[in-house]
Amino acid sequence: MASVSVCQYRPGGFSFENCKRNALLEADINKLGFSSPAARKTGTTICGVVYKDGVVLGADTRATEGMVVADKNCSKIHYISPNIYCCGAGTAADTEMTTQIISSNLELHSLSTGRLPRVTTANRMLKQMLFRYQGYIGAALVLGGVDCNGPHLYSIYPHGSTDKLPYVTMGSGSLAAMAVFEDRYRPNMEEEEAKRLVRDAIAAGIFNDLGSGSNIDLCVITKGNVDYLRPHDMANKKGVREDKVYGRPVTGSYRYKHGTTGVLTKAVTPLNLEVVEESVQTMDTS
Amino acid sequence: MFISQNFEMDSFSQNPEFTIHSFFTFLDTTIMAVEFEGGVVIGADSRTTTGAYIANRVTDKLTPIHERIFCCRSGSAADTQAIADAVTYQLGFHSIELDEAPLVQTAASLFREMCYRYREELMAGIIVAGWDPRRGGQVYTVPVGGMMTRQPVSVGGSGSSYIYGYVDSNYRAGMSKEECLKFTAEALTLAMERDGSSGGVVRLAVISEQGVERQVILGNQLPKFSTV
Repeated sequence: MASVSVCQYRPGGFSFENCKRNALLEADINKLGFSSPAARKTGTTICGVVYKDGVVLGADTRATEGMVVADKNCSKIHYISPNIYCCGAGTAADTEMTTQIISSNLELHSLSTGRLPRVTTANRMLKQMLFRYQGYIGAALVLGGVDCNGPHLYSIYPHGSTDKLPYVTMGSGSLAAMAVFEDRYRPNMEEEEAKRLVRDAIAAGIFNDLGSGSNIDLCVITKGNVDYLRPHDMANKKGVREDKVYGRPVTGSYRYKHGTTGVLTKAVTPLNLEVVEESVQTMDTS
Repeated sequence: MFISQNFEMDSFSQNPEFTIHSFFTFLDTTIMAVEFEGGVVIGADSRTTTGAYIANRVTDKLTPIHERIFCCRSGSAADTQAIADAVTYQLGFHSIELDEAPLVQTAASLFREMCYRYREELMAGIIVAGWDPRRGGQVYTVPVGGMMTRQPVSVGGSGSSYIYGYVDSNYRAGMSKEECLKFTAEALTLAMERDGSSGGVVRLAVISEQGVERQVILGNQLPKFSTV
């Protein structure tokens, strides 16, 4: 049966219709007393610093789902290209996928131009994508790398604005980390000093922010070389239970020694059982 | 043209979706541009905020659009950066087609087109200023909503409310370049003193036939007014 359908011209651009619907659904669910599943977030401390020969990026390794730690050792420093790495804070899936998409596009671009990709190119691709999604992609990034024009460091916000600075911090622990940077940053530091500064900034986030924790990962990018130090510092090693107490092994053993409970009487009653039926079921071992 | 920019900003933040917890970086700001004989002087503060945290205390809000055309950005950082990038591309293309330097009015029109067309989605207050061979130094203001008008002196951003009186009483037509620089620096300093969303350093630029000269006035070098 033929039916006439009117072709409705859709204006270009992403449609945010469902976002309003989702907000209404969220409100309805909350009214009933339930809560929608929490997205896994990397409530986080990430930071970066430009030093004499390149950039140092740092990140903690805790991923949270609401108030529970979902991953104690996740990797927040993502690969973009051989000379560019990106730390991600915000919704874990968003940062992961966004950096992978841009990494893939940047590799194609690099093959097309025949040159090593520039950090400003990655920055522009990321900011244009995030702006297109008007902040609904919750990815706050610290992008750093070294290209033909030297070392560069950018911070990229979920709505698509970027800042090019010598030192940046992002995430829930960013205020703690920025306090360390504002105190001790100097231009043209040596590598060891820069690594120590970033390590201390992340540590400040880990120990003062509930959303950050576990270990400290570093990524040192210089011209022609990348040191991905994971983990650089295991700031929160899990404690080990004591091995022996009074000479006896304690770990996992809750057996009391024989004679702890006194036996008063002992009676043995044999149970005479009759075999009624016996059947054999062969196992299928084909 | 007394559109209360503050009112728009407030209703924006009271909307339950846009709480302080969301990563909305704003250039709540003070920007200014003044025409003089032979060019323009533009100036801005350097603060970008996300809620009560200063995300960048050394922002450069004076963005080059073309060789002798700049724009001063206020409002949402993401929106103004995206608009400025788009207009830079369009103006560059137009300039190559024409094979001559573009007019400042063209740049302002491009900004107005974009700001008016997407006025519901955008939050951008922009001052376009520059020099072209045909009409000399010009300042065009494109506030939130997408209006465009040429003015000899224009201020914008949340801090502008505090300096309308100062600007209106101290501006004279026919000031020299040095007088304009002093006027702009003092106006911006006064705004930064009173507006919480403005601060940092004062960035100035002079655009004329000779090109662009940029300068930065650091916090301790700002002109001093009262000692309260």
